[in-house]
Amino acid sequence: MTAARSARKGTLVAVISTLVVATLVAISIGSSPSWPLVQKAFFDGTYFSSSLPDVIGAFAINIQLFVLAEILILPIGLLIALARSITNPAFTPLRIFATIYTDFFRGVPSILLIYVLGFGVPALRLPGVPKEPFFWALVTLVLIYSAYVSEVYRAGIESIHPSQERAARALGLTRFQALRYVVLPQALRRVVPPLLNDFIGLQKDTALVSILGVVEAFKQAQILKSANFNFTPLMVTALIFLVITIPMTRLVDCLAAKDRATQQGGTR
Amino acid sequence: MARKATKRAAAPVLELRGLSKRYGRPLVLDKIDLSLAEHEVVCLIGASGSGKSTLLRCADLLEPIDAGSITLDGGTVSADDRDADATRRQLGIVFQGFSLFPHLTALENVALAPRVALGLTTAAAEKRARALLKQLGLAAKANAYPDSLSGGQQQRVAIARALATEPKVLLLDEITSALDPVLVADVLEALRALAKGGMTMLIATHEMAFAADVADRICYLEGGRIVEEGSPEKIFKAPRDPRTRAFLKRVRSVGASALR
Repeated sequence: MTAARSARKGTLVAVISTLVVATLVAISIGSSPSWPLVQKAFFDGTYFSSSLPDVIGAFAINIQLFVLAEILILPIGLLIALARSITNPAFTPLRIFATIYTDFFRGVPSILLIYVLGFGVPALRLPGVPKEPFFWALVTLVLIYSAYVSEVYRAGIESIHPSQERAARALGLTRFQALRYVVLPQALRRVVPPLLNDFIGLQKDTALVSILGVVEAFKQAQILKSANFNFTPLMVTALIFLVITIPMTRLVDCLAAKDRATQQGGTR
Repeated sequence: MARKATKRAAAPVLELRGLSKRYGRPLVLDKIDLSLAEHEVVCLIGASGSGKSTLLRCADLLEPIDAGSITLDGGTVSADDRDADATRRQLGIVFQGFSLFPHLTALENVALAPRVALGLTTAAAEKRARALLKQLGLAAKANAYPDSLSGGQQQRVAIARALATEPKVLLLDEITSALDPVLVADVLEALRALAKGGMTMLIATHEMAFAADVADRICYLEGGRIVEEGSPEKIFKAPRDPRTRAFLKRVRSVGASALR
């Protein structure tokens, strides 16, 4: 009874203090002499509503890009992670290749790689090699994010206690069967939050492909900005990205908290 | 060595000869000779670090051995990968820490090896798993996940899982040490029933009363060697080796729990 009352009181205090601070911040920003200038350049109502449909239309390209990339990255990342965890000496070359792959693609700036692959490779005019910037943008994002995602998978696989594999092997399961039926199912469950985290990064990085001339949301906003000398379309783009990424960030936090709870209460 | 003390008519199911194992420099197992006849229950006793667990793991080919040989049903077993998988299917092992698969129900835990390693259909594997769970008094818990089971129940699921490949020998590694004393009784009862049913078992244990009750033969290990072996009667009432006597005296004065 008293606990419920004090909790209610706490919520009330939090709401009031937040409102007071927010109002003060709004007033101080609004009353500053340069605010009208800022508002006109970044938050202009007319430009906002006129650019919104164009930017949303172009954002479809971003969505296509990250959905296609994610579909490709999930299996490729897993294969690379598995290649890195093979201990059989016969597969050493594969393991070395996978290690170099992850080191390289995690270490090189994304924008550089997009530039090189998107402009450089089509310039070779090799027969049968696609020239579309969208294609090369997709390839680059898949290459880079497969490296990140493979590390997430690998951490997940390594987080499963060795006693699990040992118990599976003791039952007569082969190394592969132990991985397939015992280690991976547990590991995949654990990597969902960090995997989503990487995908948030990927979604933001789809804006990088604008340098290849792909008219996605950011490029579209730049075009509109140059036409009107006003930055509002870019703010619109930022808003659209946030609408997608903030719920995903919350979902990650929520899943991670749930994970911690089951791991504390769970057994092995 | 002392193994000549007991004579067995039947050919041994599992035979370890001159088995040695070292972790780095120290010798953990020193030329162990041990054989189990069909339906025989052998208990390994000895302080922690005497080599009991290592012996069981080596016998199950979970640890490479440095010298000696392991014979299963008359055939020498190699540690070569493919053969080892086949051998492990013929030996069941239960660990102190249960090691159940947390993402699978009790039924799925037990049915996994028959389905995957033996290639049974899912229906056949689950039928076998249900029968085993029932045998161990867990019929009602078939669909429960390990984290909702008590320690004793988890350990019985682990026993059912080890029996699911119909092993020739069941190896048990101090399976009651991690359990609450009140839960130990259930697990020991399950093992007694298995022994009565003719299961061949090699059991590392600290439960002396249980060992005296269930074992056909007791081996006392110290420093990686079988110091003395014989019937429970002989080992517990009239141990010949002074080391065995000293160990048993310590067990009786401090209680088994202090030896862990």
